[in-house]
Amino acid sequence: MHPTRKRRLIGVLVILAGVAIAASITLVSLQQNMLFFVSPSDIEEQNLPVGREFRLGGLVTPGSVSRADDGLMVQFEINDGVDSVTVKFDGILPDLFREGQGVIARGQLESHEVFVAHEVLAKHDENYMPPEVADALEEKGMHVVPSSGEREG
Amino acid sequence: MNRFMLFIHKTGSPPWFYNFSGKLLPWTWGVFLVLLVAGLYLGLVKAPPDYLQGESARIMYIHVPSAYMSMMIYALMAVMGVIGLVWHVRMAEIMMISSAPIGAIFTAIALATGSLWGRPTWGTYWVWDARLTSELVLLFLYLGVIGLYAAYDEPRKAARAAALLALVGVVNLPIIHYSVTWWNTLHQPPSLTSEGSAIHPSMLVPLLIMVVAWKFFYISNLLVRTRLRLIEQDQRKRWVHHILSGADR
Repeated sequence: MHPTRKRRLIGVLVILAGVAIAASITLVSLQQNMLFFVSPSDIEEQNLPVGREFRLGGLVTPGSVSRADDGLMVQFEINDGVDSVTVKFDGILPDLFREGQGVIARGQLESHEVFVAHEVLAKHDENYMPPEVADALEEKGMHVVPSSGEREG
Repeated sequence: MNRFMLFIHKTGSPPWFYNFSGKLLPWTWGVFLVLLVAGLYLGLVKAPPDYLQGESARIMYIHVPSAYMSMMIYALMAVMGVIGLVWHVRMAEIMMISSAPIGAIFTAIALATGSLWGRPTWGTYWVWDARLTSELVLLFLYLGVIGLYAAYDEPRKAARAAALLALVGVVNLPIIHYSVTWWNTLHQPPSLTSEGSAIHPSMLVPLLIMVVAWKFFYISNLLVRTRLRLIEQDQRKRWVHHILSGADR
């Protein structure tokens, strides 16, 4: 290779390496902030204080959903298979909200067991299938209700 | 010189490229149109709705191919930028800058369709999670490349500056790709991986057709843009006069 071209190619590689190193250092140091939500067991682990705003993610515990007789107030439990937290929410839930569904609630702890949300988002998983296939799987006793957010831990 | 190297060297010659791409274009546009019609028909009419998301799952047939293209075009832009920076190949520089608007539009389409899908599915148009944010950064990188190029009068200098920015921005591509596995995000992990597909075959076929259709759109649009830019930059050269006076084609 011609010496000038070789020099320019080395220059290009040095730039790429420099930017890659800078980006990795930044991302590693921001690790905690890059997480979109914390799981119920993280609350204990990270000692999240009462009254601080954060997002809580996990699965809606089947059978835990209870709605108020009047108004939109709804109460349910979010679990990550280890711990669970009771969530209170006064608002409209997304269409995909159901028991067993992965959800992300934004709000703050009222006490160590109760989380008051002012926004609830449903998390969709990577599975796409026609309704008939989902029914067939359900009939065979397979669990088709999504368990998103659990795969990558 | 073997045939491949001969082809590479010929591609570097503007008149040869202009003629060759002119012959290629009807075919690439044709394949694109056939795939587009087939993909849209199978995706929007024939494919079943999703068991959870219902009809809104069909947004995937536009969203996923556009998101793929937004990243693929950026990678190609960076490769052509490096060829321009190191070997000073003018055709590579022109194809690099001609790719930028196409990539920017695919990025914008991916963001807009994702947002429209997010409202009924997640319950929100936008969240600042790692996947959505890094894709938005990609859009700004494209706009930066276009803007930087436009800031110079001299096209060769402009291409070198834009190529440098394109090169630096490459670091964003692995971040976009791995954002859903490195961090927990609202956006789901990929449905299509090297290990298989989490999409039912009845939905997967139209999706893959659309993925290929978008690639042919990119090739066709890139050739058109490159030809226009060549004519514009070489307007005082003899080969352009030869073509414009209608001697051939």
